[in-house]
Amino acid sequence: MKVHKTKPRVLILRTAGTNCDKETAFAFEVAGARAEILHINQLISANRKLSNFSILAIPGGFSYGDDIAAGKILANELKYRLEDDLLRFLEAGKLVIGICNGFQVLVKAGILPGSILREENFSLEQISTLTNNDSNKFEDRWVYLKSQVTSHKSQVRCVWTKNLPEVITLPVAHGEGKFICQSKSALQRLDRNHQVVLRYCKQNGSIKSVSYPENPNGSEDNIAGICDPTGRIFGLMPHPERHIWNSQSPYSKFPLSKIKPGDGLIIFVNGVNYAKRYL
Amino acid sequence: MIYRIEIRPKTGVFDPLDQGLLKGIQELGIKGVYNIKSVAVFLIKGNLPESDVRKICQELLTDPIVQEFKYYQNLVGEKSKGKQVYDFEITYNQGVMDPVESSTLKAIKDLRVTSVEAIRTAKRYILHANISQPELKTIQEKLLYNKVIQHIVADPGQSYPSQFREPADYNFKINYVDIIRATNKRLQEISQKGQLFLNLVEMRTISNYFSLLQRNPTDCELETIAQTWSEHCGHKTFKGKIVYSEQCTANSKKIKRKTVINNLLKSTIMKVTKKLNKPWCVSVFEDNSGVISFDQDYNVCFKVETHNHPSAIEPFGGANTGIGGVIRDCLGTGLGAKPVLNTDVFCFGLPDYDFSKLPAGALHPKRVMKGVVSGVRDYGNKMGIATVNGAIIFDNNYIGNPLVFCGTAGIIPKKYLKKSAQKNDLVVLVGGKTGRDGIHGATFSSGELTDESETVSSSAVQIGNPIEEKKVLEAIIIGRDENLYNCITDCGAGGLSSAVGEMGRNLGARVDLEKVPLKYHGLSYSEIWISEAQERMVMSVPPKNIIRLKEIFDQEDVEFSVIGEFTGNKRLELFYDSKKVCDLAMEFLHDGAPRITKKAEWTSSKFAEPKFNCPEDLTETLEKLLSDLNICSKEWVIRQYDHEVGGGSVIKPLVGEVNDGPSDAAVVRPRLDSRKGVIVSCAINSRFSLIDPFWMAASCIDEAARQVISVGGSLKQTALLDNFCWGNPDKPDRLAGLVRAALGCLKTALSYKLPFISGKDSLYNEYNLAGESKSIPGTLLISAISVVADTRKCITMFAKQPGNLIYILGLTRDELAGSAYFKLHGFLGNNLPKVYPKESLTIFQRLEKAISQGFVSSCHDCSEGGLGVALAEMAFSGGLGMDVFLKEIPYKAQSSLPVRQAGKHKAQNPRNDFLLFSESNSRFIVEVEPGKKRFFEKLMKGVNFGLIGCVNNSQDLNIYGLDGEICIQQQVSKLKKAWQEPLNW
Repeated sequence: MKVHKTKPRVLILRTAGTNCDKETAFAFEVAGARAEILHINQLISANRKLSNFSILAIPGGFSYGDDIAAGKILANELKYRLEDDLLRFLEAGKLVIGICNGFQVLVKAGILPGSILREENFSLEQISTLTNNDSNKFEDRWVYLKSQVTSHKSQVRCVWTKNLPEVITLPVAHGEGKFICQSKSALQRLDRNHQVVLRYCKQNGSIKSVSYPENPNGSEDNIAGICDPTGRIFGLMPHPERHIWNSQSPYSKFPLSKIKPGDGLIIFVNGVNYAKRYL
Repeated sequence: MIYRIEIRPKTGVFDPLDQGLLKGIQELGIKGVYNIKSVAVFLIKGNLPESDVRKICQELLTDPIVQEFKYYQNLVGEKSKGKQVYDFEITYNQGVMDPVESSTLKAIKDLRVTSVEAIRTAKRYILHANISQPELKTIQEKLLYNKVIQHIVADPGQSYPSQFREPADYNFKINYVDIIRATNKRLQEISQKGQLFLNLVEMRTISNYFSLLQRNPTDCELETIAQTWSEHCGHKTFKGKIVYSEQCTANSKKIKRKTVINNLLKSTIMKVTKKLNKPWCVSVFEDNSGVISFDQDYNVCFKVETHNHPSAIEPFGGANTGIGGVIRDCLGTGLGAKPVLNTDVFCFGLPDYDFSKLPAGALHPKRVMKGVVSGVRDYGNKMGIATVNGAIIFDNNYIGNPLVFCGTAGIIPKKYLKKSAQKNDLVVLVGGKTGRDGIHGATFSSGELTDESETVSSSAVQIGNPIEEKKVLEAIIIGRDENLYNCITDCGAGGLSSAVGEMGRNLGARVDLEKVPLKYHGLSYSEIWISEAQERMVMSVPPKNIIRLKEIFDQEDVEFSVIGEFTGNKRLELFYDSKKVCDLAMEFLHDGAPRITKKAEWTSSKFAEPKFNCPEDLTETLEKLLSDLNICSKEWVIRQYDHEVGGGSVIKPLVGEVNDGPSDAAVVRPRLDSRKGVIVSCAINSRFSLIDPFWMAASCIDEAARQVISVGGSLKQTALLDNFCWGNPDKPDRLAGLVRAALGCLKTALSYKLPFISGKDSLYNEYNLAGESKSIPGTLLISAISVVADTRKCITMFAKQPGNLIYILGLTRDELAGSAYFKLHGFLGNNLPKVYPKESLTIFQRLEKAISQGFVSSCHDCSEGGLGVALAEMAFSGGLGMDVFLKEIPYKAQSSLPVRQAGKHKAQNPRNDFLLFSESNSRFIVEVEPGKKRFFEKLMKGVNFGLIGCVNNSQDLNIYGLDGEICIQQQVSKLKKAWQEPLNW
């Protein structure tokens, strides 16, 4: 095991319409990383190299206006313009996180949920989607999320979500966040394979008969976040970067006596610590 | 070759869009539609093999999980046929750009398909319905399209090819307008026909100027002058001379007071700022927004704009470009401020207004509202700016002329505040390309709306492209931080004409109009110059920095063009292909407008005070007030805005145990690494204006100030913005109201020591109703921005803990005129809430101290609906009950309201209903833990306060009347339901 003394380097990828890049970079910095925001044109022109980074973060926003479908155009750009670099990055065992629009990108590029049978063999085929909310509108609200609880520690796949409390709270803000899988059996496989790591739930953590607005978009199986079979690639609709301090949460009691870490920070710390250890 | 591609949901997939449309049709009162299917249509022109078309469909346009595609080599596709089937499609009018077209083109290139030349989009609808032709027309016109920007494709085979046809090239021909020999009548004709909105005196002035030059102006010169002198750009009413007189009542012609106001702006709004001379006001009334100091390194700026006329005609596009415009004001402040938050305030007619009574040409208020909200959502969310504060007023006086206020606050490093164009700097235009859009927007907003507005001025309406503006923003901030330019401003109303004209005011500028990048061929030099195409900024760049700056814009894929130079000869010179088309002295352009004298005559109105007895049980009254559209929950709107993006949100627009209560103000941290924050609040109350705009203005300032205090702010570093929306100022009664409001601002803001830092007026808000020009009620929006040193100390408005004490601060007076309560009973009344600065300032200061010392658990200001509504909101937002005793309320009778009942009651006796629903200013409801009672009350010494009750353990709000009997008793969940239901769409 090698331990890095230097801070892991995070690439925050942005393009036209990305708009959560700065707070995502800030969250990674607070978590102990060195974050750099780069425009995809800088990678395509090969001025800057993806391989120099340990973590790739695709932040929220409206890449290319969400024209055609949310995340689709950037997903294609990654697939067709950066495919080799991207696959090499994944094969090197590095980390990826996609938040909101970033999650939509990962799903539409087929990077998530990833090929289930071939664990270390990354394919880029779309087998699930994030589509229009059942409410037919963009909505901003705080939701409760149940993190994956497994009987055996070894079953915790996702690098990003270990040590999360059973119920956390984060804001969602999207119009196209309804997760749908290609087929019922594919959905069951995801669950069996411990790839469903965050579910919309009730305040008490129950995921039974969860309905709108607890499940804000109508996602199948209340899915809010998934990882790939390796656990290194993670995508979620809620915004952990908007809850890195308690001062950002509506559930904090104002006036605040003390600034404390928020639920979202743990996710960034997990990624950064993994990178420090293994990358 | 043009391919037709259709994308639709797979069978069996739930499509929320179609469900939403079905609901919308039902809301129109049309019952015969069983099913509606919408299909996205892409028309792709180019010489490409079928395999590429398939690739585009599979890899790009279709979501393989939920959608399927079909493509055709003919333009019609397959029409659905059969009884009770209606199949039609809608596309944009030529010249209106759908942003999807350009992103789709880009994405197709990513697929390495290079032979696509152009794309058009359309939407096809297939209705299964048993409806009449008129019903079909209603669905189409009221729900599916707006003929200002779209049309139904009658014959796809014919019309699509023409959609792809490039307009013909422009053949240069210089146009002179003969004005030097024109008669007065002819001059007026020229002004009217050319949509110049210049009056005769102004036309004469121009004619005289050109007579001296012994030549006629070109059309371009005339347009430039008209724009610079327009009400929108020049604010000639506010800066002109006003002869103001007051008389007591309509009957007595006795004039009480007559004064001449030389410059209304300078003698009221700006006078406050000048007199107060706050060191933290760093740039006021000069830049594109007002700027105050934030911390050692940064300033914050704030600006609120209106976009009323465009929103009346095309609500989505109007609001969309309205918010886009005010964001550019922020980008164009100093050398570029970064936007951090948006606000929005709307005034609409009632959403259930009778369709058949709509004025000709007006859109239904519900449609206006839905469109406006979508427009703000689309632009604000896509730009990634948190929309954190706002208000909505419903009043049928806005039926033909809705109001849309959009605000943006930004943050800018102190060192980038100063800017000025330098001689020999190049004029650089960045951002969107220029089309025929928005021509005559500035002058259009300087006239009244008529039922022909939508046809005559349709080019004044456009759709924004927020992603374009986001790209511009990113590039500007990078360029700014590398110190690459000397000056920047936005292209707003008046387009290049006003941006370059203003920036080169002291230097002079030369522009080569053919260098401006165009969306399509065929624009004349004049059109290029005055186009108000969106998402453009003008910069003044030293020649040595051009290469680097262009690199930055290239990387963001933003258009960057050098179009001219700041010359130093103090003239505005325009060329097209080296031929001179405009040559004006800057001095004449900016200072040559004749000062206008307008008459203002104020007649104070006397509305009867209502006579009715106080109902014994006020529970139902309270529920009705909670359901008043101006009081009820706006959650349906608020949730559609991203109010968390940026991560700076501290006190959110919706607060409470389950985040659904009405916050008094928003608190945002513009710097993620700092505890410092800004508070923004707003106040608007047009009913008060019907009685006396003076006190309306005073009340608005008080309300904006007390909202700042409510969340834990201080007035020490609070600044105000004014936005006046008024009727036609050429009519003396309208103008008098405006003067009264400005005087109210002067008096109140001075005594509260709150400087104005920016403002805007939108006049001529009138519309034609049954042959008469009807004015909106004079409407003033006061927005406040305040710097708060430690956001941890901020508080919210919802009840926190059973057993906590409930106080009221401030005197309740029998000032119910204009109140929601009187409105409920069908009255206006005459005795308006006043402002008593000595009393209120003490309350503000003490409460501020109490909150900062941590004595206050929650605080809510009393505004519309008074104490009753405020208590209910605190209780149900916290999910807790309260016991409240009205006899503990400090009360002062102000008037001799005729409330006698058979001579028994004395006029000054308080009544339960008046105590509960009076809207007296400067009052707060405060929740205090019992353990902090002593400290809190000690601090409140000298303030009129009452310990009126406590938070209880039940789920009921119990209010005991003056006689000790219960007068309101209801479960808080029911009160909440009454409050949430009306706009829960």
